[in-house]
Amino acid sequence: MLSRAADCLYWMSRYIERAENNARILEVNQQLMLDFEQSEATVRQHWAPIINSLEEHELFHKFYAEADGESVVEFVTFEQKNPNSIFSCLSRARENARSVREQISSEMWEHLNELYLFIRSKGARELFHASSYQFFKHILQGSFQFIGITDATMTHGEGWQFIQLGKFLERADRTSRILDVKYHILLPSGERVGGNVDTVQWMAVLRSCSALEAYTKLYVGQIAPWKVAEFLIMNDSFPRALRHCIHRLDFALHSISGVSEDRFSNEAERLGGKLRGELDYTRIGEVFQAGLHQYLDRFQKRLSEINDATQEIYCEIPPPEQRQSQSQSQSQGGGSQAQGQSQSVGSAKR
Amino acid sequence: MVEDTVDTFFENYQPESFFDEMFTAPGEVRSHYKDLLSRFQGMSHEEFCRKRALADTSFLTQGITFTVYNDDQGTERIFPFDLIPRIIPADEWAHLERGLEQRIRALNLFLHDIYHEQRILKEKVIPAEYVLSAAHFRKEFMGFNVPRDIYIHICGTDLIRDKDGNYLVLEDNGRCPSGVSYVLENRVAMKRVFPRLFASHAVRPVDDYAQNLLNLLRYIAPDSRRDPTVVLLTPGIYNSAYYEHSYLARSMGIEIVEGRDLVVQNDEVFMKTTKGLKPVDVIYRRIDDDFLDPQVFRPDSCLGVPGIVQAYRRGKVSLANSIGTGVADDKVMYYFVPRMIRFYLGEEPILPNVQTYLSSEEKDRSYILDHLDQLVVKAANESGGYGMLIGTQASQAEIEKFRELIQANPRNYIAQPVISLSRSPSYVDNAAEGGNLQGRHIDLRPYILYGEKITILPGGLTRVAMKKGSLVVNSSQGGGSKDTWVLEE
Repeated sequence: MLSRAADCLYWMSRYIERAENNARILEVNQQLMLDFEQSEATVRQHWAPIINSLEEHELFHKFYAEADGESVVEFVTFEQKNPNSIFSCLSRARENARSVREQISSEMWEHLNELYLFIRSKGARELFHASSYQFFKHILQGSFQFIGITDATMTHGEGWQFIQLGKFLERADRTSRILDVKYHILLPSGERVGGNVDTVQWMAVLRSCSALEAYTKLYVGQIAPWKVAEFLIMNDSFPRALRHCIHRLDFALHSISGVSEDRFSNEAERLGGKLRGELDYTRIGEVFQAGLHQYLDRFQKRLSEINDATQEIYCEIPPPEQRQSQSQSQSQGGGSQAQGQSQSVGSAKR
Repeated sequence: MVEDTVDTFFENYQPESFFDEMFTAPGEVRSHYKDLLSRFQGMSHEEFCRKRALADTSFLTQGITFTVYNDDQGTERIFPFDLIPRIIPADEWAHLERGLEQRIRALNLFLHDIYHEQRILKEKVIPAEYVLSAAHFRKEFMGFNVPRDIYIHICGTDLIRDKDGNYLVLEDNGRCPSGVSYVLENRVAMKRVFPRLFASHAVRPVDDYAQNLLNLLRYIAPDSRRDPTVVLLTPGIYNSAYYEHSYLARSMGIEIVEGRDLVVQNDEVFMKTTKGLKPVDVIYRRIDDDFLDPQVFRPDSCLGVPGIVQAYRRGKVSLANSIGTGVADDKVMYYFVPRMIRFYLGEEPILPNVQTYLSSEEKDRSYILDHLDQLVVKAANESGGYGMLIGTQASQAEIEKFRELIQANPRNYIAQPVISLSRSPSYVDNAAEGGNLQGRHIDLRPYILYGEKITILPGGLTRVAMKKGSLVVNSSQGGGSKDTWVLEE
């Protein structure tokens, strides 16, 4: 497979996963805010950490003075200048898909294209204002359907493995950030750890990972911080838990190279395998001892190293700068001259 | 409701003084449109509109769109599609096929000749300076033998019909003609929307185009390569024809590559894959000569591949179309195609040219300058409806501007009388007067493939000037298209 095609499939998959996770975080937190008295301080304490966890603090404050519900939701949903808004993610996913139309099935393309046409439409705004819950649900289901269509209509070959790789790497990254949000959210004064508000916040963390039901089954209802963290980090069969994601990521890497899972043939496999081993043999007590925030921070850095190694091994191609303006002005006998928009394809290194 | 059927639109339909594809006079339908007319008569206006919306939605969700330029929102539009097909009877098509085949043979012999012996110049059939001064004449390729001696593998020749219905050649596109994907997608859309219509007409299929194209590309592979790797080289997703590039690559099952995916080592071309470098044998390139290789042509090109021209010269990789075919697209060269046909083939041209005046010939020039308000003036190397003056519709200032341009650089301009292209009934939105079906001017671009044998896609792209009275059919100027049916014998 062309290196550029592998790169496009990988990023297409990451961007869709990112859009889905953004939608869920916003939806859950909007719901959560309904449970609290809306003093200005609580609102700020609640929404600012979400922006921080997405590492968009600086960009956000270029546009908005205050992190309240409305501004954060707007910024993460529709803001075109935010390269990681749902709008931008879907545009970039679709742009990557367009470059590899011949690699993916028509069903995948048409579904993603419809999702893209939706987010650009007036109907999207209208639905958002009528019921943001319905709106976010539409995005979530769009992503779920895309994953299902991909599994059901695309050959599970090399290209498909790059899609899996992108999906699980992005998902692990997002779950770790959601968990980290709780670290940033301060308990209102007078509230104690393990108290009512604390529990509600931990439940929101689980719901942000679609994990509340699965967690409740396993731990029979007790919401305790270390148990939530244990579940979201160590569980090997819940699809959004870090350990599960890393297992799948490791498997995808080995499927691409064809090397058996008990050895490594390149740097990405070495880093992935090492992380997998550590997650397999770590206890949650050790994580808390090192500090949850520090642990998650380090985890995200290691994902980023795996990303870089993968790009270097499989996708190294010269940067696309400059190319765009010429590709637009190429004449096509009897066709037309073009000058279009500027959005770079692919490699956003985050 | 009776007054709600399409039939009533056809009742009001006015062919006027033009050559109309469907009617000889008001209410007098041509025999090959009879079945079509009766099928549409049973349909309500509502149903017609529903079918129209269905076709448009299907184009949009499939992403069969082109980018709207100068729009930083990245808006994409569908190419307007008219549901009333254009029908060409079998005998008429046979005539066109013979004419197109004759023409592409002559053009290929001409290209071989001017890059080798130059007999046609030595025998003064064409003044030598016209060829040697042509913007797309590649003197670097003198004496070079192209694979299988074929220069133009894929050709799109634009045809029009005059007021008597005679087919005339308007221009040849021998570099990277685009639009064939619309022919194929239009057919798919029509079958989806009007399944029963096809059952009642014996319409020649178009679906084997991609297979024929792939056979052609494999045929021109460098010698002794049994299972050649063929790729399509695109300028990238921002190009207005990207959809077509992607569509053709998918239909042929070949890789679509950008210049940055290819690398040349020891005069061999490779593509960069996740498993290392993989050799490439044949390139269907949708990039003009100028951008192909920064080492040979435009040094600032970053769409091309450094060293690819050297690989081509050494016979390590084949290109379709060959380098240097642009000289045949030159509108001054067009003037000489009938002479080429007589010179190389000893035949009379089957499809005539439009009467053309060369402003570099003194007699023609004075005629042109005296009749600017009645002529169409075209720059020799522009396409897409650019660099053109339609004298009958132009302001005095525009006419004076072209007068200066012609006098400053006579080699670069030709002129032709204004031809009132044939019309075809087309559906019109918000028609205050004249009804929803009105005559619109059309042309026809058939696609000719020249490989082991010459195959011509039955029909081609019928482009429609959607604006009332307009003669400009280019998509960049608001043109649309129609499905084109060639009937079996």
